[in-house]
Amino acid sequence: MKVELRSIHKYFGPVHANNNISLTILPGTIQGIVGENGAGKSTLMKILSGFIQADEGEILLDDQVITIHSPSDALKRGIGMLHQDPLDFPPMKVIDNLLIGQEGGLFPNKRKVAADIKKLANQFGFSIDTEAYVEGLTVGERQQLEIIRLLWMGARILILDEPTTGISASQKEKLFETLTRLASEGMIVIFVSHKLEEIETLCHRAAVFRGGLLVGEAIQPYHTDDLVRLMFGKPMELGSRLGCHSEENVVEIHNLEIEDPRLHIRDVDLDVKAGEVIGLAGMEGSGQRLFLRALGGLLATTGRTKLLVKGHDLTHEPYSSYLKTGVAYVPADRMEEGLIPGLTLKEHFILTGDTKKLFIDQEESLHRTKVKISEFNIKGRPDSYVEELSGGNQQRALLALLNEPLSLVLLEHPSRGLDLESTIWLWEKLKERCKTGTAVIFISSDLEQILHYSDRILVFFGGKVSKPMLAAETNVDQLGQLIGGKGFVN
Amino acid sequence: MEFNLILVGLAGVIAAATPIVFATIGETITEKAGVTNLSVNGTIILSAMTGFAVATSTDNLWLGFLAGAFVGALVAAIVAFSSITLKQSQVAVGFVLTLMCRDLAYFLGNPFMGLSGPRVPPAFEIPLLSKIPILGTLFFNQDILVYLSFLLIIFANIYVYKTRPGLSLQGIGERPASAYIRGTNVNKMRYIYTILGGALVGVAGPMYSLSVKAGWKGTISGLDGIGWIVLAIVIFGGWNPLRGSLGAYLFAFLQWLGLVLQTSLPGIPSQVLQVAPFPLMILTLLLVNIGNAEWVDRTIMGLPENVRPAISRLLRSMKTNPPSSLGVPFENE
Amino acid sequence: MKSGSRWYRFGIQVAAVVLALVFTSIILLIAKAQPLEAYKNILVGSFSSIEAITNVIVVWIPLLLASAGALVTFTAGLWNIGIEGQITLGAISTTLVLRLLQHSDVSPAIIIFLAVLSGFIGGALWAALAGALKTYGGVNEIFGGLGLNFVATAMTIWLIFGPWKRPGIGSMSGTEPFANTLWLPTIPGLRLSWWSLLIGILALVLVYVLLSNTHFGLKLKAVGKNRKAASVFGIPTSNFMMSAFLICGGLAGLAGALQVLAVYHRLIPSISSGYGYLGLMVGMLINYQAIWAAPVAFFFAALNFGSIQLPIVMKLDSSLSGVLQGALVLFVLMMDGVRKRFEKKA
Repeated sequence: MKVELRSIHKYFGPVHANNNISLTILPGTIQGIVGENGAGKSTLMKILSGFIQADEGEILLDDQVITIHSPSDALKRGIGMLHQDPLDFPPMKVIDNLLIGQEGGLFPNKRKVAADIKKLANQFGFSIDTEAYVEGLTVGERQQLEIIRLLWMGARILILDEPTTGISASQKEKLFETLTRLASEGMIVIFVSHKLEEIETLCHRAAVFRGGLLVGEAIQPYHTDDLVRLMFGKPMELGSRLGCHSEENVVEIHNLEIEDPRLHIRDVDLDVKAGEVIGLAGMEGSGQRLFLRALGGLLATTGRTKLLVKGHDLTHEPYSSYLKTGVAYVPADRMEEGLIPGLTLKEHFILTGDTKKLFIDQEESLHRTKVKISEFNIKGRPDSYVEELSGGNQQRALLALLNEPLSLVLLEHPSRGLDLESTIWLWEKLKERCKTGTAVIFISSDLEQILHYSDRILVFFGGKVSKPMLAAETNVDQLGQLIGGKGFVN
Repeated sequence: MEFNLILVGLAGVIAAATPIVFATIGETITEKAGVTNLSVNGTIILSAMTGFAVATSTDNLWLGFLAGAFVGALVAAIVAFSSITLKQSQVAVGFVLTLMCRDLAYFLGNPFMGLSGPRVPPAFEIPLLSKIPILGTLFFNQDILVYLSFLLIIFANIYVYKTRPGLSLQGIGERPASAYIRGTNVNKMRYIYTILGGALVGVAGPMYSLSVKAGWKGTISGLDGIGWIVLAIVIFGGWNPLRGSLGAYLFAFLQWLGLVLQTSLPGIPSQVLQVAPFPLMILTLLLVNIGNAEWVDRTIMGLPENVRPAISRLLRSMKTNPPSSLGVPFENE
Repeated sequence: MKSGSRWYRFGIQVAAVVLALVFTSIILLIAKAQPLEAYKNILVGSFSSIEAITNVIVVWIPLLLASAGALVTFTAGLWNIGIEGQITLGAISTTLVLRLLQHSDVSPAIIIFLAVLSGFIGGALWAALAGALKTYGGVNEIFGGLGLNFVATAMTIWLIFGPWKRPGIGSMSGTEPFANTLWLPTIPGLRLSWWSLLIGILALVLVYVLLSNTHFGLKLKAVGKNRKAASVFGIPTSNFMMSAFLICGGLAGLAGALQVLAVYHRLIPSISSGYGYLGLMVGMLINYQAIWAAPVAFFFAALNFGSIQLPIVMKLDSSLSGVLQGALVLFVLMMDGVRKRFEKKA
């Protein structure tokens, strides 16, 4: 099966998300799609998988012009998409997940479906328990399930959107092996990623997107510098590690223990110096988020835990004591936990200012808001509602809302949804904080970023925590091994 | 002798619970699709009045039931349109409707107050089955509505958990985006299940006015509040039609127990016993929800090692989880 | 452009009112009544004399208090359906103080003051119960509040027929009326008390200032819009939700106290008269903007009082006012959705 996209245009209001995209993919190809967030690669994939329709242009399957009305219509034509967060039904059983959407009579033949799926899964070396509940599976297993489901439903073209986020190194290896094999059987695999290294190892060809345009194509072997130049329009350099920490301890953690229905973290000891940056690596759900929330006072710790910040014992203290001691938490989900939709920027700054007086000083807060808006380069007005801001501007607003001075800033996925330029800007801002003695602890699924900006790194695996490693003395491979669970003592 | 009396009383409990079973299953189906229809209380009152009025005017019992179902479906359609198409808060719309339907019933039902209308034919024995000791008296010497409710319970459970469309129904309430990519027209199905569920709730009305509490007596018909109990039973039943039905029977049983005990506790006015279901409702909701409270988590964390797992397991087993997307509108893109 | 869209919004609102009237007219036709005659009777009933207008104001006062309270809980993102019961408990607490002190040597002014205070506290505590169930027990405030409403009604009936029954036999007409020294003074010849009116208006003004201009109000709004984020901001969300319940319950309790002290002079079975539910409807109709509460509540009060004419003149049930009020809120909600849909498409 051959796919051809001809002069695809898509507008979202004033934004030209896809500008005259033409791309041909031959059978047996693993086609990489690279670009920064907002480059237009997701839009194109949504058009191809039927989620949205193009404003102009044609899609051809085996030289036939077709119209794709919906995702299920796409799948009927053999185009299946694996979403970053697999679109399945976590509280339901695997078998029921498979049956929903399968055509057939009123009473499905569960036994036959289970047998078919197991057979198909075995071909790829996946083990799928059809009676298990999806919520008990890892993201990697859910991906495998979804791939098998798409193949079972007859997909001949497989689109994968950033599939390596949140899966282990061994699962990634397995995934790549599977994709290579599918391509060798004549299928088309379209692999969307912003990680060049993955594109380079896996894809036969790569199409580079920037600002809604397809700016260039490359084939194996690649020249990384060329790809980078295509992606960003210029060579990009990540800022450097700050390395400005002092000998003074800001945070002391002894015997930290957290209990969760699924994870048990115990006996973590760590001292964090003023100005130090610590990166937390691990698959999603390995305990790093629980750890970070416990440090922020948002999650209860058990037993013998002792937590000191700037010499104050905060163990079992309420969240407000953490705030008073200068601990700040920046959540990943900006609209869920970080900001308050329905409130304006100014109202946010009022909330983080001095709220002890009864009445609000409207003028003072307006002034303060304006100063912060220009200082942090937020594209918005004091009376803009936060939900109207773009993701990058929301992140800037979150940083602008942090009080000064702080002892410790905790960040969940600080660069999620940001392009590289914004990420670099963000770290410049954080480094300014570090210079004043603030310690930074952050979670990221981007190992490059962790290696780049951290002084020390902790790796989490199934609730176990590695000894702190010096970032300067480790590398992506070593981290990858640990994240996959290799090399953990006990 | 004594034992037989109790048995007959319990058979009465099953009959009294029948409208609640219908309404509970109706609302369960609606909520499983991800829509909360908060108008149940008003719907039951309005459909009871309408059912009675239609049956009385046409002298046709079954037209009364049809009218009740129609009213329930209509009110549900308004909830569906306002929340699915117009994206308004389901709670707000449901709340207004529940009040308005009640007033509408009292206003339009005025001319029918105190009239005597047709009644559902009395109980009849099912041959053979009714001869089974105990069970026969309990289940197989009932009126037609009760038998229909048994069928409904069985049918609803098989439909939701065993059939393909039933699995889709669970899917659209759990994660509509996933159901959508599998080819389900989420909003259309939500309309259908909201209206279908509403019709079942609407049937409960005439069951009262034509059978369980026959007649229409305006504000003193004794129907105000039942719909709220139904909404609570749906939660208590963990959005499972069978568990919900058992909840309905439990509720009717406790009400009966109250009546029986009233004779031995003459000091308590009957009005007080009549509201006993409500504190009970609060208590059961407290039991199924307390495991979600944040302070409980903190307290459990502070407990000694040896009792902690047992207590947290106990709380988790009582907890019921709503469909993940209950009340969340769905838009493809 | 701005003013154009304001007129557009206004037009949409007018359309909603027209639709509500059309709907209610259809209902009237079904009941074989002349719609215009019914509306005329309601208007005449409410506005034909100074006495009628003051009677509308008598209805307006508890509704103002209930609406003001509802605005506070709505701001915190809470559906305090329990206002009804909170009014009732306010009335019970007031009656309790009056009964305890009526034969004592305490001066009537102080008794009345204590009775009002007790009404406030009674309502606040009843709301605190619903609030605690919500905040610490995870019980949705709709169910908690509603259950407590029924309990409050049962409590009233039990008191009227039990411990507080009239000499002889208890009756649905309520407890024995208090001596008129314990009544809030009314305008001579009318049922309206300046004191009640003052309390009602003052409550709304205070709530308006609280919600629009104080840090407390803004934090409450933050809790209502996004509880998780608000707690990350360091706002103790449980405390704020409880405060909202307490304030709302207190205002509802005041309404109950005034019903006893200035209107009925005794405890009657349906002392809350549905004002709690109506207060929520007012809050929804004005889209939770405090500034509109007074006129809309007045309009609702006029409908309620005017519709008392219907059974007398036209042999219709007075619940028509509830139908019209419900239709208004429903159509305003729906037209708001229609407007948003059009704006999104444009």
